[in-house]
Amino acid sequence: MKQETRSEHFSPPSLIGALLRKLHIDIPLFVSLALICLLSFLVLYSAGGQETGLLVRQAMRIGVAFVFMTLLAHVNPNQFKRHSLLLFSIGVILLVAVLLVGDVGKGAQRWLNLGFFRFQPSEMIKITAPMMIAWYLSEYSLPPKFKQICVAAILIVVPTVLIAKQPDLGTSLLVASSGAAVLFFSGLSWRLILAIITLLASLTPVLWHFMRDYQKGRVLTFLNPEADPMGRGYHIIQSKIAIGSGGINGKGWLGSTQAQLDFLPESSTDFIFAVFAEEFGLSGCLGLLILYLLIISRCLYIAVQAQDTYSRLLAGSLTFTFFVYVFVNIGMVIGILPVVGVPLPLMSYGGTSMVTLMAGFGILMSIHTHRKFLPT
Amino acid sequence: MYGKYTVKDTLQENRIFLSRIVTAFVFIVLLMLGLIVRLVYLQIVGHEHYATMAKDNRIKVVPLQPTRGIIYDRKGRILAENLPSYSLELIPEQVKDLEETLGRLQSLLGISPEQIEQFHKVRKRQKSFSSAPLLLRLSDEEVAKFAAVRPYFPGVDIHARLVRHYPYKALTSHVIGYVGRINEQELKILPVEEYRGTHHVGKIGVEKTYESQLHGNTGYAEIETNAQGRSVNSVDTHDPIPGANLTLTLDIDLQKTAYDALEGYNGSAVALSVPDGDVLVMASRPGFDPNPFVYGISRKAYTALQTSDDQPLFHRSLRGQYPPGSTMKPFIGLAGLEYKATDAEHKLFCPGFYQLPNVSHRFRDWKKWGHGMVNLDQAITQSCDVYFYDLALTLGISRMHEFLSKFGFGQKTGIDLVGELGGLLPSKEWKKRVKKQSWYHGETLITGIGQGFMQVTPLQLARATATLANRGAVITPLLVKRIVDQQQETVQTADTSEKISLKQHNLDDVFRAMTHVVHGARGTARRLAKGIDYQIAGKTGTAQVFTVKQEEEYNEDEIADKLKDHALFMAFAPAHNPQIAVAVIVENGGHGGSVAAPIAGKIIRQYLQSLKVENETGNS
Repeated sequence: MKQETRSEHFSPPSLIGALLRKLHIDIPLFVSLALICLLSFLVLYSAGGQETGLLVRQAMRIGVAFVFMTLLAHVNPNQFKRHSLLLFSIGVILLVAVLLVGDVGKGAQRWLNLGFFRFQPSEMIKITAPMMIAWYLSEYSLPPKFKQICVAAILIVVPTVLIAKQPDLGTSLLVASSGAAVLFFSGLSWRLILAIITLLASLTPVLWHFMRDYQKGRVLTFLNPEADPMGRGYHIIQSKIAIGSGGINGKGWLGSTQAQLDFLPESSTDFIFAVFAEEFGLSGCLGLLILYLLIISRCLYIAVQAQDTYSRLLAGSLTFTFFVYVFVNIGMVIGILPVVGVPLPLMSYGGTSMVTLMAGFGILMSIHTHRKFLPT
Repeated sequence: MYGKYTVKDTLQENRIFLSRIVTAFVFIVLLMLGLIVRLVYLQIVGHEHYATMAKDNRIKVVPLQPTRGIIYDRKGRILAENLPSYSLELIPEQVKDLEETLGRLQSLLGISPEQIEQFHKVRKRQKSFSSAPLLLRLSDEEVAKFAAVRPYFPGVDIHARLVRHYPYKALTSHVIGYVGRINEQELKILPVEEYRGTHHVGKIGVEKTYESQLHGNTGYAEIETNAQGRSVNSVDTHDPIPGANLTLTLDIDLQKTAYDALEGYNGSAVALSVPDGDVLVMASRPGFDPNPFVYGISRKAYTALQTSDDQPLFHRSLRGQYPPGSTMKPFIGLAGLEYKATDAEHKLFCPGFYQLPNVSHRFRDWKKWGHGMVNLDQAITQSCDVYFYDLALTLGISRMHEFLSKFGFGQKTGIDLVGELGGLLPSKEWKKRVKKQSWYHGETLITGIGQGFMQVTPLQLARATATLANRGAVITPLLVKRIVDQQQETVQTADTSEKISLKQHNLDDVFRAMTHVVHGARGTARRLAKGIDYQIAGKTGTAQVFTVKQEEEYNEDEIADKLKDHALFMAFAPAHNPQIAVAVIVENGGHGGSVAAPIAGKIIRQYLQSLKVENETGNS
């Protein structure tokens, strides 16, 4: 009997739990993130032509990303707050540098070659822009006044335009939405929100004018994919075929004919959701969406529990950006949004965005685990 | 900023923030519901549609071409076969530097710029992983040359394909015909499903006539492909059914004898087996080599064939229509006997010309000074025109038309070969219908000696001769004897049900006269009789090419060499037990007896010799 109680006391789960707490890791968030990552291994194995090399590389990235997350979770949120201006400034300078000396990849200048490793400054700005705005707004009483809104708007527009010029529409959209989310959570009045939406809508033709041809093409394709089935519409049509042919229960793991036979382009990166939907059907999709919603709920809970304005705004914004990621990617893959290069968070193959996302979760964990008055 | 102190209403801030979080959550849930609605639409409502599209995407049906049937002659010798042909092919995807590789190949094998151009044309039409032919029909030497250096040419290889080959070339060019690439017109007519994998189709001759039997049935393989069309694996395969092999009635040895005998002339020889209508010989000279047509003959070579004065593409046996000349005399003579317009004893004085009452125009005999007193036998033997002018006038055109029709003149013979022409057997009705003129007596006279409007094909003449030799049993020439496919062997037999009722003694009279043509002292083909121990019954003919004969002003100087008389000969042998009937027409050959008869003689001699050998070996 005694032995039993002792073994219960030192049972592995509680041991791991204690370790994770020590590492400032939020367990519910960590578990759901790990679940999605495991799921991504399954789908990547299938989408990438059952190549283990792909999985090894992705596993290494996830490993790096989790380590990075843990490191950031360790940092006190006050440190983020204190260095927000510095980090943001570095980010903007790097963005300018990319436009001047960046490497061209897939027709866009996004990469900065640091010799030993290539780096995408736009990824860094995804985190530092909301940090900056959150820090700036948290210095004043909320809701923000007109002057503060204007400064915040400039802080949003500058990196957004710099990224859009690379051109990287997807990332600039994410950066803009992360900044806007900070403003929204800071209590921007509904009247102003409506006014801004109206302004943006009226600016659409101007935006159209500044868009590159391929970006215009993507929008046109989105509006009518069947017009060019072998060209621009190909992605969307093939993706819809993949998803639709999956039905309710899907074709089973490794059963995706669309991806296995290369009909679906970018099947392991931006369009991985189509493979998932083809193999696991509607039921799998619902499960995945619920998993994402669980993560979002947990993050919003963390934001609510946060003890200072900076942390709240940052947590809220990071969570919202995560949702935008999910929504824009799935929306694009199922054909209700134009094709913009946004990966499906934690599922798509690729390094940089994975690290950024996990950095975001690291900050959220840091916010949650460094509260001064922990509830009992 | 730090200098300024602001009082924060923490409670108010908390309240606003909480409400914003809730709003955001609701917003997020609503948008996720939107995604779900769309997913439901795609995966439940549109499932069937998209599932079909996914299947269409990946399963491709690849046709498998059947092997074309082989064509044999009556003794089993191959007249048309499928030979592996080696071609040098290149897979662009696997070649690093295309220009450099082509350059090296060019210096190795001497590829012409046109071939390079053709290669690029093909290459651009297809996917880069499909092999494109660079050189066709490699010689053994070229194959060996390339094989030695193959490791230095990644992506370049030698491929073997089955290509139709005609070993006897010009000898069988018209009868067998050839296959060629399917053209657009044929594409419209041919059954699409059956010809999915086939590139060639019979264009003329037996190849065209028996296309459906020779072709076989296309098989197909259902192949799973990826987006680039590269096959991944095969799902289901239905093997093609090879085409039927054909055995012809043609004897290639005899065909060669006939073709060789025609050397130096343009003309045709047709020999039929008298009892059954087998087409032993169907030679048309000049012929042409049909093999280039299989690969796609060059425009230059084709134009040369087309514009040649000798018309090598023209199948004279089947489509050449010539005035039959005196070869009609046995038929007219028999008509005279049958209709009792004359009898064997009736004699006529031939002064070398014939005049209609009250008409000054003289219808000349080929012998200026005439044949003197002649009866039917002598008229046929010596080919006296005057006797037949007189007989024709007595018979009248209507009875001549009726009688000659029974022998198949003016109609297609019904041979199993496409493109046959039916010649022309004139009648009063025909002239009224076509020429819008009434019939003249003069036209009756010249029809009696096979001139005027009348035209026959060598095949028709051979068939009429065989029918005559058969004592009125009409035979239909038959080229394909056996059709052997995987399931069954079909033996075709000629229709011999039709019989012209003729009196035996009339036939004997005509046969005797025809025998005298060859064996009589004054016969026009008496040279043939040398060295044979059987009798040949025949009739020479010399047909005038120009039909201006009726016109009184007839200037011989104006007639070009090409319009010299055609030489004809028709014969059957042995006279008392006919086995073979032959018709020979030599264009502009001059006299039938000296040019056409020896050709027929060679065919007859060789055939009867082979029959004798067959019988002897059969009996022992």
